[in-house]
Amino acid sequence: MKQSLLTKVIMVILLTLLALLFIMPVFIVLMNSFKSKFSISQTPFELPDNVTYVGLENYTSGISDTGFFEAFGWSLFITVFSVAAIIVFTSMTAWFLVRIKGVFTSLLYYLFVFSMIVPFQMVMFTMSKMANILSLDNPIGLILIYLGFGSGLSVFLFAGFIKSVPLGIEEAATIDGCNAFNAFWRIVFPVLKPTAVTVAILNTMWIWNDYLLPNLVIGSDYKTIPIAIQYLKGGYGSIDMGAMMAMLVLAIVPVIIFYLTCQKYIIKGVAAGAVKG
Amino acid sequence: MYHSLKRWSWLFLLPTLAAFVIAFLIPFVMGLYLSFCEFRTVSDAQFIGLQNYIRAFSDTSEFLSALLFTVEFAIVAVLSINIFGFILAMLLTKGIRGTNIFRTVFFMPNLIGGIVLGYIWQLIINGVLYRYGYSITSNAAFGFWGLVILMNWQMIGYVMIIYIAGLQNIPDDILEAARVDGATNSRLLFHIIIPSVMPSITICLFLTITNSFKLFDQNLALTAGAPGEKTSMVALDIYKTFYGRIGYEGVGQAKAVVFFLIVAFIALLQLYLTRSKEVEG
Repeated sequence: MKQSLLTKVIMVILLTLLALLFIMPVFIVLMNSFKSKFSISQTPFELPDNVTYVGLENYTSGISDTGFFEAFGWSLFITVFSVAAIIVFTSMTAWFLVRIKGVFTSLLYYLFVFSMIVPFQMVMFTMSKMANILSLDNPIGLILIYLGFGSGLSVFLFAGFIKSVPLGIEEAATIDGCNAFNAFWRIVFPVLKPTAVTVAILNTMWIWNDYLLPNLVIGSDYKTIPIAIQYLKGGYGSIDMGAMMAMLVLAIVPVIIFYLTCQKYIIKGVAAGAVKG
Repeated sequence: MYHSLKRWSWLFLLPTLAAFVIAFLIPFVMGLYLSFCEFRTVSDAQFIGLQNYIRAFSDTSEFLSALLFTVEFAIVAVLSINIFGFILAMLLTKGIRGTNIFRTVFFMPNLIGGIVLGYIWQLIINGVLYRYGYSITSNAAFGFWGLVILMNWQMIGYVMIIYIAGLQNIPDDILEAARVDGATNSRLLFHIIIPSVMPSITICLFLTITNSFKLFDQNLALTAGAPGEKTSMVALDIYKTFYGRIGYEGVGQAKAVVFFLIVAFIALLQLYLTRSKEVEG
């Protein structure tokens, strides 16, 4: 549409105001993280002043109350290895399910797709009991559980892409004498890379932020960042608002750094993941 | 080679399948069965027929009120998120200066986790309400609109990205031709643009509806159901039934099955309805 310069200027101004409104909540939390815990709840919109400014006090007390760095370590460990396991194993499974036609493989495929619409509460209780019985209630076991839960969407996304890959490249590999395993990793997987990035991003966003599943499975012994933050609320609903603000900032900072460094892939990955759905 | 692939099937299938069976399939089947049982742990289950389902609706009114709250929330949230997201996508596909920066900013909240989002908005909403002597838990309406605002902040950027991808796929010459034929802006929107992005609308509706129904973390952090249980959504109500009261595990599982059936029904119905409106590619 042809637009006058004036409409464009007005639109840019409106969008800028809206963008500021979008950033504002994060800014308010950042600002309050430097204020004394008693001056947060009632006057959250005021900048810290001589009286209310407490420096890094909230950060030091929040970090020791929640064991933040340990929680960060567990979040990182669980997210990285779960996502790696999901990519390695579900890509192989998807390829197998697409290329080997049969009743069993198509039944399996539909089971994976079906699992995507089942709400977590449906399996919440039985799954955490199962994890308990099989001694999967530790960070390593949790990775296996994430592989199981993540497999629905991931198999679906990989399979959607594999269906569009011509068979020729794989056949060429057989002539070269590759076995199926080598053929997959040397020839097929490199072609799947764009989908692997999408799968990695969608799963990272989910696992890093997940609260209920890790809390039920490993929450009594290990804390991830969301568990550590919820833990601050305490049994009686009283919250140290200063420590809470500082922990919110520490939880957001890694996400924003990740976002700004991988922004191009994240936005593409989200769009691609959605189109396949 | 596919012959050789079959010999490798243990490696290609087994790890994923084992994890899927342990984490999802067995718990799902067990959950279905246990919804007809009385139990504390999974080993002491006794079959009691439909008792749990009857108790889910008759013991207290909380489940029904959670269902209603969730439906009302989903309707308001899905409409507002999709309308705002679509408008932003339209504005950001007009070649305005700084489009990339705006897109980056609007999408950013989507990466922040539900628990963190809940506490951020609790601070802000309480800060505003405090001036009038209220807090977010004084009235269920505050919690409701708080959740709507939170969910909009989180999801608008997400659907915007998907709508932008859809809008960029409309060939310029179709729009140009319509304009030459004298189509007005509103005709252009309703007869060309919206039908062309129907696949994006399908997926955005699907994502926002299922996310609204399954909302848990945000609900727990923002109000935890207060006042009373008036702002508990279904997922939170089920959680509290399982872990809040001893002796209600079976009722919790029955509620979870009802919840699953509702989500599955709505998701499939919505996919069927909007898919049938998609322009044949």
